[in-house]
Amino acid sequence: MSAKQLAKKLEQQFKEIVSGPMEFRGELTLCVSNASRIAEVCQFAKSELGFDYLVDLTTIDNDDETPRWTAVYHIYGYGHFRHLRLKTSVSEEVSELPTVSSVWRTANWHEREAYDMMGIRFAGHPDLRRILMWEGYPYFPLRKDFPLAGKPSEMPDVAFSDPAPLEGGPFVTMAGGKDSTEREPRVRNPGG
Amino acid sequence: MSSTEIGYNSKIEGDAIHTRLDAAVGWFRKNSLWPMPMGLACCAIELMAAGASRFDISRFGAEVMRFSPRQSDLMIVAGTVTYKMALAVRRIYEQMPEPKWVIAMGACASTGGMYRSYAVLQGVDRMLPVDVYISGCPPRPEALLEGLMRLQGKIEREPHVKDAKPARAREAVVA
Repeated sequence: MSAKQLAKKLEQQFKEIVSGPMEFRGELTLCVSNASRIAEVCQFAKSELGFDYLVDLTTIDNDDETPRWTAVYHIYGYGHFRHLRLKTSVSEEVSELPTVSSVWRTANWHEREAYDMMGIRFAGHPDLRRILMWEGYPYFPLRKDFPLAGKPSEMPDVAFSDPAPLEGGPFVTMAGGKDSTEREPRVRNPGG
Repeated sequence: MSSTEIGYNSKIEGDAIHTRLDAAVGWFRKNSLWPMPMGLACCAIELMAAGASRFDISRFGAEVMRFSPRQSDLMIVAGTVTYKMALAVRRIYEQMPEPKWVIAMGACASTGGMYRSYAVLQGVDRMLPVDVYISGCPPRPEALLEGLMRLQGKIEREPHVKDAKPARAREAVVA
């Protein structure tokens, strides 16, 4: 069965909340409108459609757009070798998704990372702690409103952080420039 | 018969060498540095290469890498020091007995390197008194050996017995 057929099956099963599939460069994406049912959709994809591997779970900060958070699930089946991507959005007020760690155990650490970096909570997660930053770090550093240079923080005997100087950087690539001179990385300070 | 005798001649002086105590202690110390390899990133790979047969750090008497701070007198910070690791590095440094020296190997250990971000300490000299900075990303083993030789030169000139300064008061060299 092709990835498209599998995606259609998933859409048939959850007609009211799943839309798509959208195709871009041969990759298929399904959007799940009701984020609180994402675990249910994932469970079906795994048990009925053979997507037995969660390749990655990432989150997007949409900044000032609503809803603010988008979670992206890249799934794959070792039985049929097909990829599929699921997207779902959740508002800043809610900032909570049901865990899929009961579907794929690997989601445990992926969700901890999403929590650590973005501050999105996962309801029903068995052990929702920070995974990269230390316990007690007060910020969520991959949010769009967190400065690139970082913020000061202090936990005596555990860890500390200071803002990094950004003179001469960060170097940002301008996507979509018409020649390589325009596209090459240049200094672009936030607000400067 | 040679015309002039320069330096030590065992036939004339027997088995005795005359020197200053300070110079002798400095000579002992600089030729038997025991490194504490603080390998935190890719610089550690070059550090391993410097210890292996092709570059052979033991030519400079610094091959005894024991991973035990209690027996080390040279900390080679090789790699990116994150804030999460920073206090552990500091603690290991404090566990080393005096006299002790620090080499900041590579761009990350010296300045944070390309990681100007929330997670990376912007140079290990914010926490430790660094003696030698080595440029490069990562530096080649030759650069590390050059840095080690600079440090040896520095140790040679330091007072060891009289007027010995504590580690913090020493000045750094850029290799």
